[in-house]
Amino acid sequence: MSGLRLDVDFVDYLILAIYFVFVLGVGFAARRAIRDSSDFFLSGRSMPAWVTGLAFVSANLGALEIIGMAANGAQYGMMTLHYYWVGAVPAMVFLGIVMMPFYYGSKVRSVPEFLRRRFNRPTHLFNAISFAVAQVLIAGVNLYALALILQALLGWPLWLSIVIGAAIVLSYITLGGLSSAIYNEVLQFFVILAGLLPITVIGLVKVGGWDGLVEKVRASDLGDAGLHTFSQTASTGNPLGANWIGIVFGLGFVLSFGYWTTNFAEVQRALSAKDMNAARRTPIIGAFPKLLIPAVTVLPGLIALVTVQGLGAEEGDLTYNNAIPLLMRDLLPNGVLGVAVTGLVASFMAGMAANVSGFNTVFTYDIWQSYLRKDRPDGYYLRVGRIATIVGVLVGIGTAFIAAGFDNIMNYIQALFSLFNAPLFATFIVGMFWKRMSAWAGFWSLLLGFLASLTLYLGYLGGVFAFNSDLEESFWGAGAAFLTAVVVAVVVTPFTPAKPEHELRGLVYGLAGPSTGADVIVAGDRVWWRNPVLLGGVALVLAVVLYVPFW
Amino acid sequence: MNRLFDLRAVIGGLFTPYGVIVTLVGLFDDPAEIDKAQGVRINLWMGLAMLALGLLMLLWLRLNPPKPLEAGEEKED
Repeated sequence: MSGLRLDVDFVDYLILAIYFVFVLGVGFAARRAIRDSSDFFLSGRSMPAWVTGLAFVSANLGALEIIGMAANGAQYGMMTLHYYWVGAVPAMVFLGIVMMPFYYGSKVRSVPEFLRRRFNRPTHLFNAISFAVAQVLIAGVNLYALALILQALLGWPLWLSIVIGAAIVLSYITLGGLSSAIYNEVLQFFVILAGLLPITVIGLVKVGGWDGLVEKVRASDLGDAGLHTFSQTASTGNPLGANWIGIVFGLGFVLSFGYWTTNFAEVQRALSAKDMNAARRTPIIGAFPKLLIPAVTVLPGLIALVTVQGLGAEEGDLTYNNAIPLLMRDLLPNGVLGVAVTGLVASFMAGMAANVSGFNTVFTYDIWQSYLRKDRPDGYYLRVGRIATIVGVLVGIGTAFIAAGFDNIMNYIQALFSLFNAPLFATFIVGMFWKRMSAWAGFWSLLLGFLASLTLYLGYLGGVFAFNSDLEESFWGAGAAFLTAVVVAVVVTPFTPAKPEHELRGLVYGLAGPSTGADVIVAGDRVWWRNPVLLGGVALVLAVVLYVPFW
Repeated sequence: MNRLFDLRAVIGGLFTPYGVIVTLVGLFDDPAEIDKAQGVRINLWMGLAMLALGLLMLLWLRLNPPKPLEAGEEKED
């Protein structure tokens, strides 16, 4: 009997069961709308911006994110806010304003496909395979984490959770493709909020409101430092152990831009939007909820710190990762408890679904269609996509047990991201703005950037390089990958032939394709609240203003 | 693409029953449950809030139904 076991009753299970019925119902209903592979992989490019925007933020709002950020809130205090306001919002706005015209305007179907057209096939194949492998690994992590938490909270055996979680995700993606994933992500967004909000509300009542929380955090081990974000960042003498340069450039620039702007599992949501303006607003609309999500993740982390005796143990039930489950156990009565459990389950499944739907698209279009079986009828690729989904989920189940070997799942994910995403962002940004950059420069910058961060990571694991924490390693690994990729691009380009300009139209800044001139980037819509630049500016201003009380 | 069913119907369809169930639970909460929630009648409040969200989604769908095929559908955000 686990100390985390929740006192769930019939009503809670009823709420969970209703959710499962809806998720599968969405899959069956979406299936009727699928006629060709574009419907399956890109929702037929038909989604309105509010749907893709919420799906965009939701694809990132996996349970690992929620549980991990609450854990960070308890461990590092308000500095965790950096993951949202420095580490996400600027990159989301940048993606919408600057990069989306290239992605959406060039009509590519995936991020690797953009690399194929901008650079060459080796670059494309390298990225397609590394992305596909990473997605399956991360899907496995999600599945394993879901099983662990259901075992602790509900007492379900691991294998049962893995089978149920995998079967439901498999069913609705195989049936309804990306539309089904996106609809479920938006649904999940509301369920998660409804599940987490009571924790924050009751938690604040328990600690005596905001003033009570501030007072109790000051008296805790974290102390006053837990209430500030930038005040002690001239040195590393703060809870996060990072100075402001590491925060702004390591987290805010390299890691965050790498993740948000090149991760196809995210970008795919925007590519499914119904027109260019909707695609550009997708990440920007997502940025507004992202600004406020810390209220239901970081805040409960702090509440757990001051209300749960002994939180922060190395192992057992009182680890930081259990901050949210512990509060659910202590504070939520049956009813809202069921909604909270449903929210957690939903977020695991949606996190996994985002990976699986990114995987099946890249596998089908970028690996199978590009290299193995070209020029088949469209229906053939639709079938391949469905089979790839099944295989991806099955392999994910297998990799779930790789994840079991890591003590901190979040850091394992960070390590993966720093290996794959940071060099990719560097290659992208140089390639988008420097038309001379050659095809082979793209390949070598991607490969050597990846090897640079892999070297650092393996050296750290093997004890050759010393870092204060896994987190610090991921900052440096990402930084090294980024720098290497940029330097290699600059060095290799003069020795290799440039691509002819007519092949780069619409892919590179300044080569006026129909969609990527400066006029398009600043252009808006007739209506001000549909103007990406204005909306993005508002999001950035809010990100700065929100820092003020927690300076 | 064939017109996909509207997402607002799904959100409304899920949250309306959630709201009803949780509100009912909230009406009949015993003192122990309310004590656990620090004296807040959280089931009642969250139930009503979810009911409101569900009904608002259905109302939005009613007032601004999806247009026939091929027309732009976005007037709302």
